[in-house]
Amino acid sequence: MTRKVAVCAMAQINNQSDYRHLRYQGMLMDCFESIIHETHVTFDMEKGIRNVVTCSDDVFDARTISDEAITDAVGAHYRGEEKVAQDGISALGYAMACILSGHDDLILVLAHCKESQSESRNMCTNLAFDPFYTRALGMDYLSASGFQARAYMQASGLDDEDLARIVVRSRQNGAKTAYARPNDMVSMDQVLESPMAADPIRRLHQYPVTDWAAGFLLCCEERAHEFTDTPVWLTGFGSGMDHFFLGDRDLVANAPLKHAAARAYAMAGIDDPAAQLDIVELNDAYAYQLPLWAEGAGLAEPCRGKIWMDQGGMDRSCVNLSGGMLNGNPLMLGGLARAAYAVSQLRGEAGENQVESPQRALAHGTTGPAGQHHAVLILEK
Amino acid sequence: MNKKNRHVGIVGIGETKFSSHWEDVNQPEMIHEAVRAALDDASMTMDDIDCVVHGNMELFEMVHQPDLWHTLGTGAAGRDSFRLTTGGTTGGTLVAAADNLIASGMYDTVLAVGFEKLQEGHTTGGITNMADPLWARKLQSGALTDSAAVKAISEFGEDRARRAAMTYRIIMDKHACLNPNSHRAFGLDWDQMEDLMENSPPLIGDLRLIHMFSQSDGACVMIFASEEKARKITRNPVWIRDHVTVHREETLNLCVNYYPNETTHRFAAKTLYERNGITDPLNYFDVFEMYDPSAWWGADWIRDFFLLEGDEHLKLIEDKEIMLDGSMPINPSGGVLAANPIGATAMVRVAQAARQIRGDAGPHKIQRDVDHAIASSFGGTMWTILFMLEKELNF
Repeated sequence: MTRKVAVCAMAQINNQSDYRHLRYQGMLMDCFESIIHETHVTFDMEKGIRNVVTCSDDVFDARTISDEAITDAVGAHYRGEEKVAQDGISALGYAMACILSGHDDLILVLAHCKESQSESRNMCTNLAFDPFYTRALGMDYLSASGFQARAYMQASGLDDEDLARIVVRSRQNGAKTAYARPNDMVSMDQVLESPMAADPIRRLHQYPVTDWAAGFLLCCEERAHEFTDTPVWLTGFGSGMDHFFLGDRDLVANAPLKHAAARAYAMAGIDDPAAQLDIVELNDAYAYQLPLWAEGAGLAEPCRGKIWMDQGGMDRSCVNLSGGMLNGNPLMLGGLARAAYAVSQLRGEAGENQVESPQRALAHGTTGPAGQHHAVLILEK
Repeated sequence: MNKKNRHVGIVGIGETKFSSHWEDVNQPEMIHEAVRAALDDASMTMDDIDCVVHGNMELFEMVHQPDLWHTLGTGAAGRDSFRLTTGGTTGGTLVAAADNLIASGMYDTVLAVGFEKLQEGHTTGGITNMADPLWARKLQSGALTDSAAVKAISEFGEDRARRAAMTYRIIMDKHACLNPNSHRAFGLDWDQMEDLMENSPPLIGDLRLIHMFSQSDGACVMIFASEEKARKITRNPVWIRDHVTVHREETLNLCVNYYPNETTHRFAAKTLYERNGITDPLNYFDVFEMYDPSAWWGADWIRDFFLLEGDEHLKLIEDKEIMLDGSMPINPSGGVLAANPIGATAMVRVAQAARQIRGDAGPHKIQRDVDHAIASSFGGTMWTILFMLEKELNF
């Protein structure tokens, strides 16, 4: 019985503002072909891929059953295909379970989101609110995060300058990361003067609209050597759900993230995350979320994220050396992008920001308004 | 065949009554009724649930990530949670996911929620929207097609094919009339055969209104547990022996003899039976809950699921062997023609098959021991999921 799951191969296309010349099927095709060429994996019913886990969203794709359009591009013709409609990190968690269950040796994971295609991410995320009370108010993920940002800044003392520091650092790190969305460098002043999007969130505090696709080949422990000499192991996963109405939640308590992290840590045998994690990738869709999620993951004390930042916590714990979601990944795939970067660090392929021989990484994703759902994945060399 | 890490049992089942209009409850309230029923069925509380799995199709109700709002009714807050969706097969994918999640050792108990409130959207509009906007959308008619009718008529002649489809339809209605949860139960009888074949409003070609599934509101919830937990929770868990998912690309089948040149149903059935050493499925299984979106499809698909040849499937229908007291009861619940809340429908098939094994299906219970069951899901571009359920843990 296998106790851990190997990432044998990973492929991605560049994060970009707008893939005008590619449909999402084409975005996935590039990832699929890369994995097949690299590993020579087959679709044999006995020894090959029998099940594909995909990740996408019908609203962003503007298609009912949008995975129906990619059956061929992901190799699922007369094979299994199961679509996880949450942040793609949940797709990795579910694919892990498929293999640990003994039901499958191999799972291909393929994920896409073409955010540029929808009229407005605000309009799409407005549809996540219930049609009776909150939708008509114009709630969307941005305005929900505005409430959370205000609550957290009050609770922690985080200020506009701190947020600007996070954005400047994100852009600098993004520029050193392969496949990251190309962005202009920004100065502290530019961020501080950026127009308000949802007070206290400024336009530069939020992730830019992005298109991206990625793929992973996962395999049971016993057979990983067939496809790679440098596996990265998935050793822990957990997720957590918060209440729906913002008023029913404590927006700064991180309850679902703490739950998800505790489960992932228990599965991976981690009791001191700050000491045991060499790479931490948090899904910071908005600047204020980086220190908030750091608290939830156990790197900083509750409501002391600002102090943790002031004491150099971000660089000491190697948090978001990729540039984070803030540098640009699509909604639905922020967490998957964190996992992809963690894999590249553990393989020693992270380029300019490569940490010296990291052993263990955390990748984190969120789904829903102001982090209603969190998932945490532990990866090891 | 891979060996599952540990066995998974069905320990709780809850369904709402299915209806064309659930106007007194909103989505989470409707789901909550099924959650409550499933928890009561298992004598459990939400505190006993490790993980909630949720699914439906977003564009039917136009709620993005509805599991977020639905936490009000699913009880997912404070727990792990996944959302999966694969069109019509969604409810089956949720059962497959629960099977995988528990067998993996990551969770001991999983509550799965399938739902749809089709009155809040436009079903055929929603299904049509799955077609490629550049190439196929103008040709799409949603789930409405007479391709199965054309096939059956060309193979068996107009009269025999039409009678078989209508016989199947009346049998399903007779079953639906026994099932208290049915949305549509008309009380059809054999003396109406001719009239229905002539006068039911035509939809497309030989597909008439009476042949077709309805748009329903409703939810189905199932609770699953690891073997160790399942034995503590209930005296009669139903065991998931195996499941197989087979998807298919839409247009490759237009190529003559393209791999593997058979329906996903037959491919799935072959795979599942081979893996589990079933050589005579018609004799082995005691009940089959099929996802039968229309009478034409249901009649045709019996052949594929039991690996039959020629007109063997028609004889089963004509001899009424698929009725409750026949040799191979199919859809004692009335099937999809009795109710189709799409995100729940495929799960209802598994739930109803499990109830038959438990022997507490209600008025539509099969009056003899049911030890082995199969349940199918259908969706997408002719996709299949097939489940094998067992009363005894002897595999």
